[in-house]
Amino acid sequence: MNALTGAGKLIRLALRRDRVLLPLWVFLPWLFPLAFVAAFNSGYPTAQARQEYAETSIHNTAFTVTYGALHGSSLGELVTWRAGFIPLMVGLISMLTVIRHTRAEEEAGRRELIGATVVSRHAGLAAALITASGASLVLGMLTALGLISQGLPAAGSLAFGFGLAGTGCVFAAIGAVVAQLTTSAGSARGIGIVVLGAAFLLRGIGDVSGKADGGLGWVSWLSPIGWVGQVRPFGGERWWVLGLAACAVAVLTAWAIVLSGRRDLGGGMFHDRLGPAAAASGLRTPLALAWRLHRGSLAGRVAGFALVGFVLGSIAESLGNVMNNSTPAARDILARIGGPGTVVDQFLVGMMAMLGVVSAGLAIQAVLRLRAEESGGRVEPVLATAVDRLRWSGGHLAFALLGPALGLVVFGSAVGLAYGMNTGDLGGQLPRMLGAALVQLPAVWVFAGLAFALFGLLPRFSAGAFAVLLVSTLFGWVGAELELSQWVIDLSAFAHLPQLPGGEVRVLPLVVLTAMATVLIVLGLAGLRRRDMPVG
Amino acid sequence: MSDAITVAGLVKTFGSSRALDGLNLVVRTGEVHGFLGPNGAGKSTTIRVLLGMMRADAGTARLLGGDPWADATALHRRLAYVPGDVTLWPNLSGGEVIDLLGRLRGGLDQKRRADLLERFDLDPRKKSRTYSKGNRQKVALVAALASDAELLILDEPTSGLDPLMEEVFREAVQEEKHRGRTVLLSSHILSEVEALCDRLTIIRDGLTVENGTLADLRHLTRTTIQAELSGPVDGLAGLPGVHDLRTEGGRVRFAVDAAALDTALQQLTAVGVRSLVSQPPTLEELFMRHYDRTGASTGRHAEARR
Repeated sequence: MNALTGAGKLIRLALRRDRVLLPLWVFLPWLFPLAFVAAFNSGYPTAQARQEYAETSIHNTAFTVTYGALHGSSLGELVTWRAGFIPLMVGLISMLTVIRHTRAEEEAGRRELIGATVVSRHAGLAAALITASGASLVLGMLTALGLISQGLPAAGSLAFGFGLAGTGCVFAAIGAVVAQLTTSAGSARGIGIVVLGAAFLLRGIGDVSGKADGGLGWVSWLSPIGWVGQVRPFGGERWWVLGLAACAVAVLTAWAIVLSGRRDLGGGMFHDRLGPAAAASGLRTPLALAWRLHRGSLAGRVAGFALVGFVLGSIAESLGNVMNNSTPAARDILARIGGPGTVVDQFLVGMMAMLGVVSAGLAIQAVLRLRAEESGGRVEPVLATAVDRLRWSGGHLAFALLGPALGLVVFGSAVGLAYGMNTGDLGGQLPRMLGAALVQLPAVWVFAGLAFALFGLLPRFSAGAFAVLLVSTLFGWVGAELELSQWVIDLSAFAHLPQLPGGEVRVLPLVVLTAMATVLIVLGLAGLRRRDMPVG
Repeated sequence: MSDAITVAGLVKTFGSSRALDGLNLVVRTGEVHGFLGPNGAGKSTTIRVLLGMMRADAGTARLLGGDPWADATALHRRLAYVPGDVTLWPNLSGGEVIDLLGRLRGGLDQKRRADLLERFDLDPRKKSRTYSKGNRQKVALVAALASDAELLILDEPTSGLDPLMEEVFREAVQEEKHRGRTVLLSSHILSEVEALCDRLTIIRDGLTVENGTLADLRHLTRTTIQAELSGPVDGLAGLPGVHDLRTEGGRVRFAVDAAALDTALQQLTAVGVRSLVSQPPTLEELFMRHYDRTGASTGRHAEARR
């Protein structure tokens, strides 16, 4: 029996289980670069127009953070730059795929069943890695073929395709490592998403600093998210960067195998300690139980928001300095679009919106905890006591609604503190940034409400709230380029928020969104009171 | 009110499948009632209706004098439930889960809690994710048994327990019975049902097929008779209610319906009996009759399995 006995069968099992998800995950990221080619061809048909587009975009820091650094104005460079958020998607998907087929299986006890058959110790890990990496490679090749079919140079298309595939493989390997660390799939996903967020942030810091001739340009090399850009597709391809990705995959995979070999089935690197023999006197209500279940992720989230806020607030200040260092032509362009203050604000508007989306995702996740409690069989013992459904769901709902609020307050304060201290205007910036962060809240609540309404009325489709969030976020990011009708973009709750800081404060949308969230929650409660529990 | 649970004509459908199809169940106050049926017969669905988690499509269900759906919260203060498949919050310790469930219900007897933990040999400090299936079951059992609830609803409570712990469980249920508590015990372990239950209800495909005391139900099935006779016997073969007759010289062996027992024995004594062995129907045979999916030729199946 060799090291991979049974891996082939497990790969087929993984493909069978993901026969809907995986093609979707490959198709979705594939769609965007092609759509951008069409969009740039129609919106900016001449080299002159592209040059102008590039010059305004190159100094937009929000763009740089989201998509990476822009290096030229050829069609290929514009398209691959604008698709710079795709490595993030691909990384997230392949990491979650690996965790889904390793730690999640193990936690559910299914790996034990499989492990007792003729499969080798590492077959499960290998199968998950091969499945996720294979999907990334298919995505990369399809993307390259798609771009070539649109008339773009083959070298650049392949470089971009391989770059995406490389990111997918690296994050698959990162997923394999984090899956070994903890005993629960939830915490493994949490750690993985922190790593992904850090990679995104590092690319942002490095690229922004690199453009400002700052000393932190090297930082983006630490980020696997940034490697796609570092390959420089269509801009004098640097193929050796792909070797860097291959090395990273090899090292991470070896690390995962070593960790996996050292631990027991079901165990992790972090051991469970003994808990208290009796419950603390406060653990007597559904809310207290919800606090126990949410507090870990809430604490991590608040710390993350504080850190990200602080970093972004600090970067924002350095943007003002970019003005002094940049060429007269660039300064001229910046002045035309509103001056240095506007640039900083523009950047922060983008970041606030980004954190709003992240908060909405976390709010949905908190609501889905209800569904996990239901399908995991943990709701019955609670509802068989003197707790009714409203109190039970209210405990979790409190965290879905107030958790993001706390996160955004912390984030806004951190941005305000860092930016205010650096500019010497703490008293002015702190409330300004806090307000800008808090206007995201009604939109976040709409998504929490949507998830809850689904949970009450169509429990099997609760996770569909994530799909709605994903689609509306993507439309917000790419709607203008794809020339989508305004009403499609307006379907997203986020499209209606005031553009703060800097924009005009409009109260009406906030009131309307909050009212919508309330209606959705009431609908969810009504559905929950009437329906059977548990629904499988 | 002398009945703790009355269920009549209960119907529950999930899409096109009919989980309950006119089920009846009566549990008298103070008794231990066995609730039996093959996998998928509708035991857990019935219990979920009784707990107000699911709403029946037709029929009536009364629990402790109230409506299980409308009065759920008030009724739940007076009952304790152990689910068939116990899953716990992985990051809470067993002790925390026991206390939490007790408090959510409205109180827990600390002395009994300590006593039960010791008898079930359960370490309450371990995190739930490290418990085995049997230990998770113990957590739920301790939480239920240490309560002051007047009704215990136990859904296959001993699955995963070792024989030693099963014995502890039996003792504990006997104690609860002596305190006058009512127990609804869904189970597959026949010796457990035999040892604990005053009356039982057998369901199949969402329908009640038998109910009564064990003695009542035994009556419904066949007794096996083995006899050594002084001479040949003729009248047995044609007698209604006599099955699987085998004769070897002076020895006969047959199964006989309860109703025909008297007539059959008269035939034997008329010839002269040298020795007689009578075996009452085992509980297994009783169950095989109802569990067997083919239904019809139950007698032979039960015979073949022995």
